[in-house]
Amino acid sequence: MASFFDLKARKAAAANGVASKDNEKKDAENTRIQPWVEKYRPKTLSDVTAQDHTITVLQRTLQASNLPHMLFYGPPGTGKTSTILALAKELYGPELMKSRVLELNASDERGISIVREKVKDFARMQLTNVSSPAYKARYPCPPFKIIILDEADSMTQDAQSALRRTMETYSKITRFCLICNYVTRIIDPLASRCSKFRFKSLDQGNAKRRLEEIAEKERVGLEDGAVEGLIQCAEGDLRKAITYLQSAARLVGAVQPAGVDKGDGEDEMDVDKKAVSVKIVQDIAGVIPDETIQRLVKAMRPTTLGGNYTGIAKEVEDMVADGWSAGQVVNQLYQAVVYDETIEDAQKNKILMVFSEIDKRLVDGADEHLSILDLALRISGILGGR
Amino acid sequence: MALIVDKHRPRSLDALTYHDELSDRLRSLAQSGDFPHLLFYGPSGAGKKTRIVATLKELYGPGVEKIKIDARVFQTSSNRKLEFNIVASVYHLEITPSDVGNYDRVVIQDLLKEVAQTQQVDQSARQRFKVVVINEADHLTRDAQAALRRTMEKYSPNLRLILVGESTAGIISPIRSRCLLVRVARPTVGEVKGVLRGSCEREGWGVREGLLERVAKESGRNLRKALLILEAVYAQNEKVTDTTPIPPPDWEGLIEQIAQEIMAEHTPARILQVRSKLYDLLTHCIPPTTILKTLTFKLMPLIDDALKPEVIKWSAFYEHRIKTGTKVIFHLEAFVAKFMRILEMYLMSMDM
Ligand SMILES: Nc1ncnc2c1ncn2[C@@H]1O[C@H](COP(=O)(O)OP(=O)(O)OP(=O)(O)O)[C@@H](O)[C@H]1O
Ligand SMILES: [Mg+2]
Repeated sequence: MASFFDLKARKAAAANGVASKDNEKKDAENTRIQPWVEKYRPKTLSDVTAQDHTITVLQRTLQASNLPHMLFYGPPGTGKTSTILALAKELYGPELMKSRVLELNASDERGISIVREKVKDFARMQLTNVSSPAYKARYPCPPFKIIILDEADSMTQDAQSALRRTMETYSKITRFCLICNYVTRIIDPLASRCSKFRFKSLDQGNAKRRLEEIAEKERVGLEDGAVEGLIQCAEGDLRKAITYLQSAARLVGAVQPAGVDKGDGEDEMDVDKKAVSVKIVQDIAGVIPDETIQRLVKAMRPTTLGGNYTGIAKEVEDMVADGWSAGQVVNQLYQAVVYDETIEDAQKNKILMVFSEIDKRLVDGADEHLSILDLALRISGILGGR
Repeated sequence: MALIVDKHRPRSLDALTYHDELSDRLRSLAQSGDFPHLLFYGPSGAGKKTRIVATLKELYGPGVEKIKIDARVFQTSSNRKLEFNIVASVYHLEITPSDVGNYDRVVIQDLLKEVAQTQQVDQSARQRFKVVVINEADHLTRDAQAALRRTMEKYSPNLRLILVGESTAGIISPIRSRCLLVRVARPTVGEVKGVLRGSCEREGWGVREGLLERVAKESGRNLRKALLILEAVYAQNEKVTDTTPIPPPDWEGLIEQIAQEIMAEHTPARILQVRSKLYDLLTHCIPPTTILKTLTFKLMPLIDDALKPEVIKWSAFYEHRIKTGTKVIFHLEAFVAKFMRILEMYLMSMDM
């Protein structure tokens, strides 16, 4: 048996593979087996959905062929990485991308000295140019390089401080783009050197348009409300929504398995295709069925002598054994209680404080079973006027 | 001799006996070619691992079952050498990065890049990508998780991850956003009984429905635990009937004793006695959370309903402290003391 780590064999195999296979065919195959999040990653700035303000400003800089240092921040799956990659591509075109753009992310070693070294080496490399005027007409190719520090919030404070100097030293010939989820994790002196761009959670309208576009290209049928369901479950994270859509499509058999060629027979496939429904989406997203939550709520309602421990304990035990994530339980229970009009405001106030405490505990890694049981019992106590 | 938990483990998606819908879903994902990154979560003993191995087999065929263990050495930036074991077939590998504690980032960085940058050795492999299974993903450090983010996107043509953990709480949202979440619930009592019955038949043990029912209930729907109990019952008794007693594990017996002791007497002297037993449990590597939870749930049937919410409240309170503090024994003892006090107050108010 060949070993997984027999590097020589693997490299040889890789070389053979490239030589023997028809490259074009392979490319076509690649796009087909790509996860949709990659397949539909925006290729140009105008492709990026919903971040209108950011995109307008960036397009303007594109025309002026000049860039400030930049800081992109916002929640996951809102287009930060896609935007900078698209911008770089529009600036330099495919040929110069490699020599002009350096991407460092959290999977690279990013100690202080390493960042300094890498940046130094990269910045020092001669600016290569393309001679073809046609290329130049298409791509502005400004005379600086871009260094992307993706996932910068996972860099240590020290590494960030060291970066300040580096940024200044090479500011003539490089532009930095820092990307992070939490802008507060970037030290002030660094953040203040950059133009900041906030990426918003995707709003309903834009997310909907994008998802419908993908569904159409992939020939996935969508039942009424399915897109809204996707968006709600994904909480403004478009990547999540697209992943859910893809697996939902797979589940209803709306997509052809790999190996089956597109083309003939497509019409027959269309016949027995089902559409993606809200229920399937919720199922994939790990949303707890309403009945389950309602059973727990019912067990929590006050009975004659406060003797509902057994009922609550049983429901909680089942939910834990069913593997529902505690975070999801807390979210849905919160919705159920806060929007329940039969509960008095004074009681709701008390209940909110319990939610706050339990959320903190769960983040600290407290046991999910005990935390949820405690939550349910305390709400029950408040409802019972104890 | 292999235990029946291993010997009777189903090896393909078809052979799995419960959660049929989930098996179908995994099958269609595996057959599709655009297999996403997956995050399996669910309580222990629900059968996550079995399901993953079966999915891998669906992806690659029987070749994935030929595994071997590689011992690898990684070097940290401070030149420390880390020994690390990897379970691998030609198509996939399986790692438990939490084995190396805070150095998990180094392992993840080096290993995944190496895997991602090389191609399948087996030219006729059914998938172009390789799969890396990461156990205890919910215990990965933040740094290690951050290191996964771009890797999961950049190398997606060559690499798919299957993350496994008991809960999704420890996993940062950018990682969750990159995976399809797969929840694996524990089987129902009826389904556990079905599996137990199958094992009895294969072993030629007479099927005792009453016993199976009790074992399934006792296990709390934890299939691994149920199979272990069943095997122990048959190993320890010549003749097994519907009423053959189920032996609790030693440590559970000890916790039962502690529960009895603190019910019987509420004094500082008693706390001292209990302390040595708690130490005993800890030195035998019973996780502190397990000790506290087991003790709590053993106390429950012994006290009045009116007291239960209060006791749970403090149990949850001290469990949280166990997780965030450093001296486990303090919090276990504090819970015992608190419990005694609550009980004492309650009994006094009854007397008046
Ligand atoms: N604004 C957007 N317009 C179009 N597609 C988007 C947008 N945002 C996200 N997507 C989709 O989600 C995928 C991930 O987006 P991207 O990598 O840019 O997220 P990110 O903001 O960098 O997230 P993270 O903080 O997790 O790194 C893209 O490949 C694309 O399919
Ligand atoms: Mg990103």
